[in-house]
Amino acid sequence: MNQIHIASRRDFLKRALTSAALLRTTGGAWLLTAAERGAAQAKSKVVIAQDALLRGTGFTVDSRRMLSLVDRAMQALFDRDNPIEAWRRLVRPGESVGLKVNTLGGRGISSNLQLVEAICERLQEAGIKANDIVVWDRDSGEMEHAGFRVSIGGNRVQYFGTDRVDYEQDLVMHGSVGSRLSKILTQRTNVLINVPVLKDHDGAGVTIALKNMYGVIHNPNKYHPNGCDPYIADLNMLPEIRTRMRLIICDATTAMYEGGPAYKPEHSWKENALIVSQDPVALDYTGWQIIERKRAQMELKTLEAENRAPHYIATAADAQHRLGMNDPTRISTVEV
Amino acid sequence: MFRDLQVLEGKSLDISSARSLPGCSLDRRSFLKCAVASGAALGLGELAHPAAGIPSEVGQQKQDDARFTVEAKFYQKLQNLKIKCKLCPRECTVGDRERGYCGVRENRGGTYYTLVHSRVCAAHVDPVEKKPLFHYLPGTLAFSLATAGCNVNCKFCQNWDISQTRPEQIPAEYAPPQRVANLAKQHGCPTIAYTYSEPVIFSEYLMDVADAGHEAGIRSIVVSNGYIQEEALKTAYGKMDAVKIDLKAFSESYYRDVVTGQLKPVLDSLVTLRKMGKWTEIVYLVVPTLNDSDSEFRGLAQWVKTNLGTDVPLHFTQFHPEYLLKNLPITPVPTLERAKAIADAEGLHFVYIGNVPGHPAQNTYCPKCSRLLVERVGFTASQMLIKKDSCPFCRHPIPGIWHT
Repeated sequence: MNQIHIASRRDFLKRALTSAALLRTTGGAWLLTAAERGAAQAKSKVVIAQDALLRGTGFTVDSRRMLSLVDRAMQALFDRDNPIEAWRRLVRPGESVGLKVNTLGGRGISSNLQLVEAICERLQEAGIKANDIVVWDRDSGEMEHAGFRVSIGGNRVQYFGTDRVDYEQDLVMHGSVGSRLSKILTQRTNVLINVPVLKDHDGAGVTIALKNMYGVIHNPNKYHPNGCDPYIADLNMLPEIRTRMRLIICDATTAMYEGGPAYKPEHSWKENALIVSQDPVALDYTGWQIIERKRAQMELKTLEAENRAPHYIATAADAQHRLGMNDPTRISTVEV
Repeated sequence: MFRDLQVLEGKSLDISSARSLPGCSLDRRSFLKCAVASGAALGLGELAHPAAGIPSEVGQQKQDDARFTVEAKFYQKLQNLKIKCKLCPRECTVGDRERGYCGVRENRGGTYYTLVHSRVCAAHVDPVEKKPLFHYLPGTLAFSLATAGCNVNCKFCQNWDISQTRPEQIPAEYAPPQRVANLAKQHGCPTIAYTYSEPVIFSEYLMDVADAGHEAGIRSIVVSNGYIQEEALKTAYGKMDAVKIDLKAFSESYYRDVVTGQLKPVLDSLVTLRKMGKWTEIVYLVVPTLNDSDSEFRGLAQWVKTNLGTDVPLHFTQFHPEYLLKNLPITPVPTLERAKAIADAEGLHFVYIGNVPGHPAQNTYCPKCSRLLVERVGFTASQMLIKKDSCPFCRHPIPGIWHT
C-alpha cells in the first residue's frame, strides 16, 4: 500500500527554515503571503484572463489553450515575459505546495482538471518536485466525482482528500472560529495555492477564494449562519492559512450566477476565464461583481436585493482583519 | 472500515469493568478512546480509531454509506431543491448537496437525509445517576449511546470530539435498533439512554431504538438540550420514559453568545414536556462569571416553580474548563451552594449539586421531614429508602419513577 508522507515536525521545520534561508538570500520580496501583499500594496492587482476558444468547438477545455491561459495570467500578475519566471516569483525548490481545489459541485462545477494539470506542470518547471505537490480537498470521493484520480505515493503529483490523513487533534481559534485543520495543510504543505471556482451560494451570496477555506476545517457546517459573516473572515485569519496562501487562481471556465453551491446547469455559463490574484479579498470582490453582472444580464435581482449580499468580503477587509482590498478604487483589474 | 455490530453471544460482560473504564468522566482526550474501548467491550464490534497521520488507501468512512442514510422526518421541501429543516428552532434552509448546522443531515437532490441512523460513535453502560437522573430508577444501569453531531455549539462542551464533528470524521459502528435493544437486555440495563452528543439530531434513530426497546421491555431516556421544535419534541420525545434537559443558562444573551442557540424554545420544551407528563429533570451547568449571578439563579428558580412546579429536580453542576472556554476556572463549590440556597429559598424541593463528589447535596432528602432518602456516592446510589413512592418515615409522596 502506498503511503502519504506526513512530515514529522522536525522535517517540516527543517524544510521551512531552508526555504526561509533561500528567500533571505534572494531578496524575498515575494515572501509576503497573499493577504499581506494585498494589505501592503497601495492597489491590489487582479488579473482576468479569458479565452473564448478555450474549449474549441466542444465542451472539454483544451489542455494546450489552458496552459497558455495560465501563462498569460501569471505573466500579467507578476509582470514577467516568461511564465516560468513568473512562477519562480512564487515558489522555490524544496517547498511543498498544496493546491486546494473545490470539488463539491461534481463534474459540473469543480476546479477544472486541465487547469490543475497546467499549474502542476508549471510548478515542476519552476523547480518543485512532483511529489511535493498535493492537489487536495476535504474528501477523496468528492475529488473523484469531480474527475480527479486519487494518487498516493510514487514520484508523481499527489491527489487525495483530508479523509485520508484526518484533521489535527487540537483546535485553532480566531474570533468566532474554533476548528481542527486538515493535516494536508498543516503537515504536508508550506505553500497554499487556492484554486476555487466562481459561483453563487445560497447562504453566503458567492463562494470564491475566501469561502473555499471552509474545505480546510472539520466543522464548516457551524459557520453558515448570518451569511457566513464573520466566520469566513475569521477563518482566513488563522495563521496556518494566512501565512501559506500565496496565490489564488479562480477557475471561471464554468461559473454559476444562481442556485449554488450545488451544480445547476440551468444557472451556469461558460465564462472561459481565470481570475488570478494574490489578494483573496480583491479577487472575491471582483468575482462577485462578475456574478452580479451576469445576474443583471439574466434579469435576476441583485444579491443585496435577495438579502444575501456577501458581506463577509467587507469584513475580511475591515480594520480587524485586513486580509485585502474590497475598495474598487484600490483594485487594479488587468484583463488579458 | 465499518463492521457489523457483533453481539458477543454466550460471553458474559463484566459490567463493572465497562463502567470503570478510563474516561468515564468523559474528558475530551479520552472520550473517543473510551468510546472505542467500551464499544468493543459492549459488543459494538471494533470501533477502530483512525490512526493519526497514517494515511490510508481507502477513505476513513464513506460519506454515502447507505446503511446510515435514512430520509429525515422533520423537514419541508422548498423550491429549487432546497429544504427547510423543521427539527430544531434553527430551521436551517439547506441547499442541494449541503448540510444543516448539525452536520449530520444532508440535502440530496431536494430530499433531506439523516446520515447517523444506527451510526453509533460512543456506547457505554453507565449508572443512570451519571446522566444525571436522580429520581428515575436509582441504582440501575443505562445502555448509553450517541452519534456524531449537535445542533448547538456550546463553548464549554465536554464532548466536542463527537458533538462538533461530522459523522464521517469519527469511527462508528452499525448498530440497528433491535441490536441495541438486545445489547441493553444482555447487559442488564432496564434503560437505553441517548446522550453524550445531542439526541435531537438523531431523532429518527432514537425513535426506532425506543420502539425496539419497548418491545423488549427496555425503557428509554434522553439527555438533551431541549432545543427542538414542538412537533418533533412531541413525536420523538413522546417515546421517552424520562428526560433530562440541559438548561444552559437563564438569559438569551448567554444562549446567543456561548451556546449559539436560544433560551425561549428550551423553556417552551420544558413546559411541553410537563404537559406531556414526562418525568423531567433539569441540569444547569454553572460557568463562573457567565451565568452565575444571584439574579439568574433566582429567575431560574422562580420560572421553574411557576411553570413546572416545585417537584422538578434541579441540578446545579460544576463546570470544568474545556473546548473553547479554557480560560475560566472550575466553578467554586461555594458558588454552587449559593445557587442551591437561592433555589431552596424560592421553594424548590429537590435542588442538587453535581460534579462535586461527596457533597451532601447530591443526596435526596424528604422535603417534609428532611430525612435522608437516597444516598449517593459518586454515580452510585448507595442507599435507597423510598418505598411505595413515599418517604418511609413520614409517608410524604416523593415524586419520581423509583421502581422498575
